[in-house]
Amino acid sequence: MRRNVLPGLRLSLGVTLFYVGLIVVLPLAALVFKAASLGPEDYWRIVSSSRALASYRVTVLSALGATVFNLFFGLALAWVLTRYRFPGWRIVDAMVDLPFALPTAVAGIALTALFTTNGWFGSILADLGIKVAYTPLGIMIAMCFTSLPFIVRTVQPVLEDLDPALEEAALSLGGSDWEIFRKVILPLLTPALLAGVSLSFARSLGEFGAIIFIAGNQPMSTEITALLVFIRLEEYDYQAAAAIASVLLIAAFVMLALTNWMQSRALRYTVRG
Amino acid sequence: MKIRLENVVKTFETFRAVRDVSLTIESGELVALLGPSGSGKTTILRMVAGLEYADGGHIYFGDQDATDIPVRDRGVGFVFQHYALFPHMTVAENIAFGMKVSKVKREKAAIDARVVELLRLVRLEGLGDRFPAQISGGQRQRVALARALSVDPKVLLLDEPFGALDANVRHDLRRWLREIHRELGITTIFVTHDQEEALDLADRVVILKDGHIIQQGTAEEVCRNPQSAFVMKFLGDANVLAAEVRDGKAYASGAAIDVSGMADGKAELYARPADLDWSAQGPGIPASITRVLDRPDGRRVLATTETGDQLEFDVEPERAVKAGEGGFVTLRRAKVFALG
Repeated sequence: MRRNVLPGLRLSLGVTLFYVGLIVVLPLAALVFKAASLGPEDYWRIVSSSRALASYRVTVLSALGATVFNLFFGLALAWVLTRYRFPGWRIVDAMVDLPFALPTAVAGIALTALFTTNGWFGSILADLGIKVAYTPLGIMIAMCFTSLPFIVRTVQPVLEDLDPALEEAALSLGGSDWEIFRKVILPLLTPALLAGVSLSFARSLGEFGAIIFIAGNQPMSTEITALLVFIRLEEYDYQAAAAIASVLLIAAFVMLALTNWMQSRALRYTVRG
Repeated sequence: MKIRLENVVKTFETFRAVRDVSLTIESGELVALLGPSGSGKTTILRMVAGLEYADGGHIYFGDQDATDIPVRDRGVGFVFQHYALFPHMTVAENIAFGMKVSKVKREKAAIDARVVELLRLVRLEGLGDRFPAQISGGQRQRVALARALSVDPKVLLLDEPFGALDANVRHDLRRWLREIHRELGITTIFVTHDQEEALDLADRVVILKDGHIIQQGTAEEVCRNPQSAFVMKFLGDANVLAAEVRDGKAYASGAAIDVSGMADGKAELYARPADLDWSAQGPGIPASITRVLDRPDGRRVLATTETGDQLEFDVEPERAVKAGEGGFVTLRRAKVFALG
């Protein structure tokens, strides 16, 4: 190991590795172990059953939709919070973290109350012929709510640290507002946006509490994968639960690997040499 | 392009950064705005660029009133203190940026050719594919200049262009900027707090203090004929002695200087270290050496007079002087400014 002037490296390394092992690796290993105790044929049959496939579809598509929505809205919110100071700024800034603080079940119940056909929003939307509660759209809204802070909070500090001289330089070279945003600001925000996207997507995949109230939970249409896992657990079918959960796990891993790779590509310019 | 500032005023909150500045810069001139921090020099430069709007007064580019023309249409090249290169673009992409976003559409081949030409001008051939993080500070500075020149600006504005570089690089870049200016003949204004830089580089030096122009002129004019104690002190090391003016002569610590035409009264006498001579025998101001500082080009002597004044002067490198020695200081020349 490289000698380091700053103290405490080895101890902190040991403590953190032990902690990660205990809290993260061990349960995941147990999950994989449980799933692996099924034969390959049983495993495949369970994870590719039509009910499971339908649940992956609704979960992944809703999570993608929610993440794309949050990508735009979260960026806009971070932009406004960084660039403008308005009355109530502090309140809006604090509210961004609210989805983290609120028990997700509470959020789910509140959203359901708002969006059912006789709720405040739901009744208006129903007049327009849009049904939210007990549809995939409702799942998406619940996911949007719980994963909003990720993108705002990853982009905001980067935006705050952006040297105003960069924009002034682009302005003095004749760039339009849109060109400056697209060619100067956005590329510099991309790594942070990707980090926020991967966190937001991973969170949406695993979200449970906020969704089950608003989703309606109809097998084959509005049943999310996390709920299916829960149902299998209730039935004491631990192996099937672990098998389906492992699919979620793989999906999250693939997403994180993909965004990490994209991030390192976006950060190529920082490599010295 | 001739630039004219007319009674320009700028206030930030309650701080009056620029107060009623009028200044004319001739076409093709290289002008330095020199002053301590807070003197308003950068604010003036940013107002010329259009990065700040003037609260009052007018800025003319040639005969056109440019006061309200936004920066993107003003046609200026601006070099920022810390270069502000786009970190995610290569050197070549940085230089091409202005041409790519320009309203005047250019062929890709024409842009590439211009980038190569500019890279040659700033002597960075072959570095076009590097990212800003991969080149040295001096090289970044030159990329910033090439980028500013890429849009064929009417005026080139540089904010503390060499401030962040070490002394040797700074010296070379100064010569080089002078050459480029001669080659292109573009009207150039730069801001600096370094007197040596301003005097070495500029056709004309504008000295600012508290948002006012205190004095302006060629290096020769401001050096040989400083019109205030501030300019005298700001341009270089100076010894200060309390003086008394009587009948056209200034008396200080036993020395007398001819100041015909000055009214009688209290005054201050300023003398550069090089204007003082040291000898073991009188006549002169009796003093004793407190310290000797050796420098590459000579020896700087710190001495205290019998009246308690601190003096600094230079002697030749081979001259043997040491702390504790006594002797006499004579004034070869000095400037006297009335107090108050």
